[in-house]
Amino acid sequence: MRVELSSKRLRSDFVKKIAELSGQNLYLCYQCGKCSAGCPMGFAMDILPNQIMRLVQLGLEEDIANSKTVWLCASCLTCTVRCPRGVDLSRVMEALRLLTLRKNKNYVEPSKMPPETVADLPQIALVSGFRKLTS
Amino acid sequence: MDLAYYPGCTLKTRAKNFETSALAAMSALGINLVELPRWNCCGTVYSLAEDDLIHHVAAVRNLIRVKEQGKNKVVTLCAFCYNTLKRANLVMKDSPDKRYAINIFMDEEPDYYGEVETAHLLQVLRDDVGWEKIAGRVKHPLKDLKIVGYYGCTLLRPQSVAIDSVERPTILQDLLKALGGTAVDFPFATECCGAFQIVNNRDIITERTAAILGSAAKSGAEALAVSCPLCEYNLRQTQSSTKQPQSGVPVMPALYFTQLMALAFGLDLAVCGFEENSPETRAWLKNKGLIS
Repeated sequence: MRVELSSKRLRSDFVKKIAELSGQNLYLCYQCGKCSAGCPMGFAMDILPNQIMRLVQLGLEEDIANSKTVWLCASCLTCTVRCPRGVDLSRVMEALRLLTLRKNKNYVEPSKMPPETVADLPQIALVSGFRKLTS
Repeated sequence: MDLAYYPGCTLKTRAKNFETSALAAMSALGINLVELPRWNCCGTVYSLAEDDLIHHVAAVRNLIRVKEQGKNKVVTLCAFCYNTLKRANLVMKDSPDKRYAINIFMDEEPDYYGEVETAHLLQVLRDDVGWEKIAGRVKHPLKDLKIVGYYGCTLLRPQSVAIDSVERPTILQDLLKALGGTAVDFPFATECCGAFQIVNNRDIITERTAAILGSAAKSGAEALAVSCPLCEYNLRQTQSSTKQPQSGVPVMPALYFTQLMALAFGLDLAVCGFEENSPETRAWLKNKGLIS
C-alpha cells in the first residue's frame, strides 16, 4: 500500500480528536500485532486492528473511513487486556465510530431492520447494538 | 441473608428463566435476592469515550437507588449489567472531575461518590457462600454431565472489573464441580460471541458461535454453562443455522449456571423455565434423565 506522509496529516485535527476522545496516547503502539492476533472479529475485517492504530498515528483518516473495521469491533476488550503497551484499543475504536455517529450518521438503520428480527432480539442486543452503531 | 438485587431489562422479558432459577437457587442457599423497588436500564454498554458522561447517568442512578435502600452492595445476574454498573461506579469513585460533572447534572439526586459495590452472583457464590456449602446443598449431583464454563467478555474484561483471572478463569468450572458435574476446560471460554453485532450481521455471529461450539465439542463437552443473556441468545439462535466449518460440529445446549444449580439442588423444575431454552436443550436434558 502506497502511503503519503505529511506533517500536516501527522498533526491534523483528526489525530488530536482521536487522542482526546479515546484518552489514549496513540504513539505508544509499536505494532506488535497482539491485538489483531486475538481479535475475534479479525477474520471479517478488511484492515486489522494494529493497522488501524498505524493509520491513526499517521492521520490517514480516509483509509479508516473506507474500512468496515471499526463497525465490526464488538468492544469485547480482548485487545485492551492484552496490549503490552497499555493502549486501550477499544477506546480508539469507539472514538473512530463517534467521529461518524456524531455527524448524525447511523451505521445501522433501525427503521430498516426486518420487524421480525427486532421482535426476536432481546433488549440486551438491541440497546447495545444501537448504542454502538447508531447516532 | 438479604442482598440487594438489580435484574436489568432482559431478565424481565427474554431471560426470565435466568432470574427464576437464580432466585430459587439462592433461596435454597438461604440468601434472598431482594429486587430494588425502583430501577432503570443500566445503559447496557459502558461508554468508552472520555467526554461521554451522559451515558454513565443511567448506571449511576441505579447505584443511588441501592444506597437509598441503606445497602452498599448490589448483585447482578446479567453479565452486561454487572460490567456497566461496576465500571460506572469506578468513574464515580476514581475520577473527581467526571464525578463532579455527573453529580451536578443529576441535581435531583443526592451526590454519589462510588460507595456501592457491584457484585456478580458468581462472586457471591464463591466469596460469600463458598463451594463447600453449595456442594452440601446438592441433592442430585450433575454426575456424568460434561460441561464447559463459557464466560464471554463482560465478566472478565477490563482487568479492573474482572471477577476472576482474565485469561484463565475457573469460577464457572469450580461451581460446576461443586454441583457434582464434570467441568471441561476449553480454549474458547473467554472468547467473544460477537455480542451486539447480531443486530446487523447474523453471519458473523454464526461464524463465532460455530467456532465456540466446535471447540467445546472437541474438548469433550456436551453443554455450556453461561451467565450472559446475549451469549445465550446468540448461541441458541445461530445453532440452527450453524455453518459447520468442520464436519461434526454438534448442536449444543447452553444453560444458565443458575438452571444447573436449581437442577442439582432438586428444586421444582418450573423455576428452571426450560421452555425458554432451545428444543435441543430440552431433548438433551430428557435424554440425561434430568427432566421428563
